[in-house]
Amino acid sequence: MNGQARGGYQSGVAVTVRNDTWWISPLLTFLGFSTFIIYSTWSALQGNHYYYGSYLSPFYSPLIFINPYAVGSAPVEHAWLGAYPSWWPTFIPQSPAFLILAFPGAFRFTCYYYRKAYYRSFALTPPGCAVNPLPRRDYRGETFLLLFQNLHRYALYFALLFIVILYYDAFRAFVRDGRWGVGVGSLVLLLNATFLACYTLGCHSWRHLVGGRLDCFSCDSLSKKRYRIWQRVTFLNERHQLFAWISLFWVGFSDLYVRLVSMGVWRDFSTWGN
Amino acid sequence: MGEYKIRPYIMTDISEITTFEHDVIIVGAGGAGLRAAIESCHQGLSTGVVCKSLLGKAHTVMAEGGMAAAMGNVDARDNWKIHFRDTMRGGKFLNNWRMAERHAKEAPDRVRELEEWGAVFDRTLSGLISQRNFGGHRYPRLAHVGDRTGLELIRTLQDYAIHQGMKCYMECTALDLLKDGERVSGLVGYFRETGRFVIFKAKAVVFATGGAGKAWQVTSNSWEYTGDGYGMAYEAGADLMDMEFTQFHPTGMVWPPSVRGILVTEGVRGDGGILLNNKGERFMFGYIPPKFAAETADTVEEANRWLAGDKSARRPPELLTRDVVARAINAEVKGGRGSPHGGVFLDIASRVPADVIKKKLPSMYHQFKELAELDITKEPMEVGPTCHYFMGGIRVDPDSQMSTIPGLFACGECSGGMHGANRLGGNSLSDLIVFGRLAGLGAKEYVRSLKNSPRINESQVFSIIKRATSILNREKGTNPYLVHEDLQKVMQDNVGIMRQEEEMKKALIELERIKESVSQVKAEGTSQYNAAWHKALDLRNLLISAEAVTRGALMRQESRGGHARLDYEGERDEWLAYNVVSRKGSDGKMVVEKIKRPEPPEELKKIAYAKIEDLEIGKI
Amino acid sequence: MTVRAILVIARLNGRIQDSPLQKIMKRNFKIWRGDKNGGQFVDYRTNIEPGMVVLDVLHRIQAESAGDLACRWNCKAGKCGSCSMEINGKPRLSCMTRMNSFKEDETITLQPLKTFPIMRDLVTDVSWNYRQKEKIVPFRPKPRDADGNYRMTRDDVERIQEFRKCIECYLCQDVCHVLRDQGGKDQFVGPRFMIYLASLEMHPLDTADRIPAIRKEYGSGFCNITKCCTEVCPEHINITDNGIIPLKERVVDRYFDPVMWVKRKIFGV
Repeated sequence: MNGQARGGYQSGVAVTVRNDTWWISPLLTFLGFSTFIIYSTWSALQGNHYYYGSYLSPFYSPLIFINPYAVGSAPVEHAWLGAYPSWWPTFIPQSPAFLILAFPGAFRFTCYYYRKAYYRSFALTPPGCAVNPLPRRDYRGETFLLLFQNLHRYALYFALLFIVILYYDAFRAFVRDGRWGVGVGSLVLLLNATFLACYTLGCHSWRHLVGGRLDCFSCDSLSKKRYRIWQRVTFLNERHQLFAWISLFWVGFSDLYVRLVSMGVWRDFSTWGN
Repeated sequence: MGEYKIRPYIMTDISEITTFEHDVIIVGAGGAGLRAAIESCHQGLSTGVVCKSLLGKAHTVMAEGGMAAAMGNVDARDNWKIHFRDTMRGGKFLNNWRMAERHAKEAPDRVRELEEWGAVFDRTLSGLISQRNFGGHRYPRLAHVGDRTGLELIRTLQDYAIHQGMKCYMECTALDLLKDGERVSGLVGYFRETGRFVIFKAKAVVFATGGAGKAWQVTSNSWEYTGDGYGMAYEAGADLMDMEFTQFHPTGMVWPPSVRGILVTEGVRGDGGILLNNKGERFMFGYIPPKFAAETADTVEEANRWLAGDKSARRPPELLTRDVVARAINAEVKGGRGSPHGGVFLDIASRVPADVIKKKLPSMYHQFKELAELDITKEPMEVGPTCHYFMGGIRVDPDSQMSTIPGLFACGECSGGMHGANRLGGNSLSDLIVFGRLAGLGAKEYVRSLKNSPRINESQVFSIIKRATSILNREKGTNPYLVHEDLQKVMQDNVGIMRQEEEMKKALIELERIKESVSQVKAEGTSQYNAAWHKALDLRNLLISAEAVTRGALMRQESRGGHARLDYEGERDEWLAYNVVSRKGSDGKMVVEKIKRPEPPEELKKIAYAKIEDLEIGKI
Repeated sequence: MTVRAILVIARLNGRIQDSPLQKIMKRNFKIWRGDKNGGQFVDYRTNIEPGMVVLDVLHRIQAESAGDLACRWNCKAGKCGSCSMEINGKPRLSCMTRMNSFKEDETITLQPLKTFPIMRDLVTDVSWNYRQKEKIVPFRPKPRDADGNYRMTRDDVERIQEFRKCIECYLCQDVCHVLRDQGGKDQFVGPRFMIYLASLEMHPLDTADRIPAIRKEYGSGFCNITKCCTEVCPEHINITDNGIIPLKERVVDRYFDPVMWVKRKIFGV
């Protein structure tokens, strides 16, 4: 009778009475995130093949320093601060990506959707609804070690900046050697900036800041305007998970596209010819 | 296993049973009960609320359309006199004049008070409480929250009441009243979880127990609606009045069978829904009673203009009073023009855009989508009449709400008089808050006037407990579920929407037989949360309610409002002067009698029979 | 009367033949029976008819073979939130779970809510929830306008009306792992009361400040937004996105955002 006590519930990690395929979704999330993390880390470590024609991989933007000797690197005049300085410590790879990935990384790490996703598929607290979690002696939620999650809005401010930068990159991708044109790569980068914008502007913190903080939407004309913006942000917020995945996939794909084109594996169709 | 049997329950000492003492005990925690509790607390009385289920689950949550109050937020022409006139006309002038007057006058303040307690009503464009059209109401008058107004009402009262100092006894069923001489001294109940008995000692008891729709097969009522208030009051010697007036709501779901009877709000028709038979005919145009002809559209074109907001147009016939619509649907189905599952079609899909339906009628959308797998924005619903409401009930004083037993009060559906022969939609929620408050006030007056507190009579306690435990203790007996089904079938077949003498006489014979079964009912198992035992205990009250309805219906030889007889068609003026009252006779059998109604006050009579234009311009 | 309606009705008149009726057939159930001291699963087998929901099955089992089977229910239309239980491991309302949503040979397992103490069979003691609500500072309205009315616009009420749809079935409380598995009942009031708090905090007429309590006593930080509450909500309330996260953000405004802190110091709001 012991195991049957308490309503017939059994203990043990990931034990559940559910007989559906609840584990597919956390598993796919786990695989999806892992793939991205592995690929982006690998790609960032390369420090090469991030530039082709007028295309700059989003992983490497903005270009602060450039190592002009790396294969497939951008012309050194594109960098904000030129070539890598001599004092650059040798144990940090000379890849612009490392400076940059930290910011979108922080944004995604503290994002309310991603928190759900990795608390479920990585931390198993819990892996699924009505599925036993990994036992914790003293569960503190986000009140202790994870208090930093409350700073999500500061990560957002950087993420907003990155949208501007990536749109700038996307528009530059339409100009090559002083000539306007369109290539598959320029469309890829434009879409990338747009997906990221849809994701970033659907942020819960952003939704709160633009209007959610108000108790009364109609009490003055400013509040009424903020309400209109809040409604738009709400539209994106309802699709936050969708855009989180699309933009994650697309940013990885954009880097891969530039990389393969730069390596000559893929051919970029464009109005400029090759 | 921690089971304990009450058998043999030989009580030697009353101190074995827990006693709770309050000034006022309120039985029932729906809208009326909670409003009474709030008032009682505000008056400084120690208040206990006994409720059969969990707090906030009462049947009030099922009310959808709204609460009628002549606030005039949407149409400024509205005022209490017009609301009063509508109520009297809807009730076929059998309403208690004073109650209908107080209701119409006080409802607006009660609604505003709810807002102060946290209710979030739908708004007009200018930010006031919005009001919607409903059957029988001249103007848009129902304050509402989408189609879940009842939920909003009960939640608001609940969230407010828990901070007013009341004590709530949840999942506790009242068994019977205790009396000290003529007056009330408390009641005995039991906790459903354990089956332990409990005594509530009180100076005043307020019943807010609702109706007894569970005596019929097709009903919109939940399991709690077993006429507990009627049964207990009757056993204690109180009068039941107007019990023959049972309202069949015209639009209940008819399919699937498991949800048969569940309500489809009148709001569907108020927002433009129309009724069609299987030929696609909008049949309601053929059923407009002469009395309402002057105020009802007789062409589709005019009905559409009304819906579009044309104030000169008359109302569509779908918004006639519930009794008229229910009988019309009944006639269509009997005439072979019904829908596949024995109802008619209620179509809003072809009349109102899908997003508007979803916004205005979200729980209807939800209910059909999930229970019947039907999308009401695409397809018409199938609906038919369902037993919905008891206009009659415990006979009370219109101001204090006290019954004929000193110290026993009643409010809400379980009291009678307010709605006369037929209740208008939306008048029930406002009834709850108006008369709930009055019952609280009445209880205060009564408690203050008492010179000494009533005492508990132990032998009464013993006999109540013995009746309850014998159901568990007897070796074998009848199955309470089957007895209940039996009763429901008898009432459904013989005392339904259309009644006649022969059938009702047959029903009375059947009820005698069922009475025999009820006295031999047996529940297996222990007293712990035992569904069979609970049902068995409810049967007596259901049976008393059913008998009172049948005897009242047999006596009233006319058709009026919720009471329609094939053998006595039409309203008979001579019956307007009488109420039918039933009470327990000295031989223990039910006595039914006609009692003369008091003459209406001249002032009110003038309003009720006035021309609508005169009321609008304030001439009367 | 539109042509479209006539066409639809013509089709519906023929529905009896083509309606997706299940065959009347026997189905297997595994129902947990017992009380706080223990119990076991008991197998039942009963007939299923078209349109039945799980609650109908329970009633049938009560009438046929287990009169004392305890289950809590009330309105049977998904409006009162009484008949919460776990059906095949998922917290659901038994009155809204249609039998045709299961495979024909599937054994259906019914259990009491895991998070709350068992009273008997499928009934649990949910009184903890009532105590949480009593802890929460109730609605405190502003004074009325001069004409005795309150004014709020549709835009203002729409947001809180979503939370007020709650039927208090406590399925969200049951599935919330903080309450269910982490023993957090002393620290966190649970999703139901987070949206109750949201409905009060976002109320345009309310004047009380519950932000400090939301952080401390009500424990907003214990929610790790895994969103199971939203998944099980029978009223489809967006508990996490529209209720809990906005409250967490309001707590951030007050306690974690230095810019907001400076702004409050300078402007006082």
